[in-house]
Amino acid sequence: MMKLKDIKNIFSTGIFNDNPVYRQLLGICSALAVTNLMLNSLVMGLGLVFVTAFSSMTVSIIRQYIPRHIRMMVQTLIISAYVIIVDIVLKAYYPSMSEALGPYVGLIITNCIIMGRCESFAQKNSPIPSFIDGVANGLGYTFVLLSVAFFRELLGFGSLFGIPVLGDWWVRWIFMIMPPGAFFMMAILIWVTNSLSPVKEESTVTGGGR
Amino acid sequence: MSDINPFFIFFASIFTSNMVLANFLGMCSFIAVSREVKTSLGLGQAVTFVLTGTTIINYLIYHYILVPFRLEYLRFIVFIITIAAFVQLVEMVLERYVPTLYYSLGIFLPLITVNCAILGVSLFMVIRDYNFIQSVAFGVGSGLGWALAILAMAGIRQKLQDAPVPKGLEGPGITLIITGLMALAFIGFSGIVKIQ
Repeated sequence: MMKLKDIKNIFSTGIFNDNPVYRQLLGICSALAVTNLMLNSLVMGLGLVFVTAFSSMTVSIIRQYIPRHIRMMVQTLIISAYVIIVDIVLKAYYPSMSEALGPYVGLIITNCIIMGRCESFAQKNSPIPSFIDGVANGLGYTFVLLSVAFFRELLGFGSLFGIPVLGDWWVRWIFMIMPPGAFFMMAILIWVTNSLSPVKEESTVTGGGR
Repeated sequence: MSDINPFFIFFASIFTSNMVLANFLGMCSFIAVSREVKTSLGLGQAVTFVLTGTTIINYLIYHYILVPFRLEYLRFIVFIITIAAFVQLVEMVLERYVPTLYYSLGIFLPLITVNCAILGVSLFMVIRDYNFIQSVAFGVGSGLGWALAILAMAGIRQKLQDAPVPKGLEGPGITLIITGLMALAFIGFSGIVKIQ
């Protein structure tokens, strides 16, 4: 049985100390693409939590039966299967969102966070901790998406989750909605995180570029 | 949607809807590998080559196998397998017949399987409903656009080595800001052609 402390530990590592996006710079692609609206970011984040958690668990369950040299392929297939579930569910119950996210739902497959968790955590741990680790890292990713989207939607549309917040006097920064805005916002957030809590080992940021 | 001149698609995918700068695809390796011009050139070539090949194969598989059997929902799995298999095949062929090219591209080929630009182009191709010629133009153009972006970035980063960058921005942070500036410059092209 797992201790509560272990679970807490996994969560704080996944969300804060080793946040996959800020700290390890994984999964940047989709983090930039869907963050012009908070709602898109939330749906994308939840999709990723689902896929990461379940694929980590599945990989962990069958980890003893996968031959070592084809494990990457097996992991990719497991991840793809879960992504297809997310895609079908979105198409069936939320077609407008499915259209807005476009190819980025499918691109969850190549999101390095999931593969990274399968490789580094699920290969060595039993199913339940792997599941929790997947949820934690997925939430860490969602948290980043929402924080980027918060500023982009607020400055770009003057609204949050589609609800107008700033009123008519606000001059919309169309720039924030366009791709360059995403790059600048992301860079600023990385800068803030790095300045507030400096990285202990230099190698985590410079070495693990992917 | 699908009556755009392939030539337009080719140019648009290089400049106005560049994979990295407008669609954010392939960011991971874009940030990690853009430290030197020489390696960037190698990766750019490899990506262009693989993109051209996989777009053609995926087009044929999607329209002649998946659609007739109503298996469209399997496209994620099928596309990713095609890409992995193609990369593996290219690696083996190059190693056997063109060893010099293999040694210059060698280390980049495995990296490409997880490059989201490759899968992204195949998915865009399906979503935008391109015909065969348009898909080929889109694949080649996207590859060239990606190569252009990473080469430009590598050039800038080499110049940047002596520049005093704020501590927290070093590495990925400053790279993202430069990418933003580049994206801003590329928006200047957007009046020329529009494909989405």
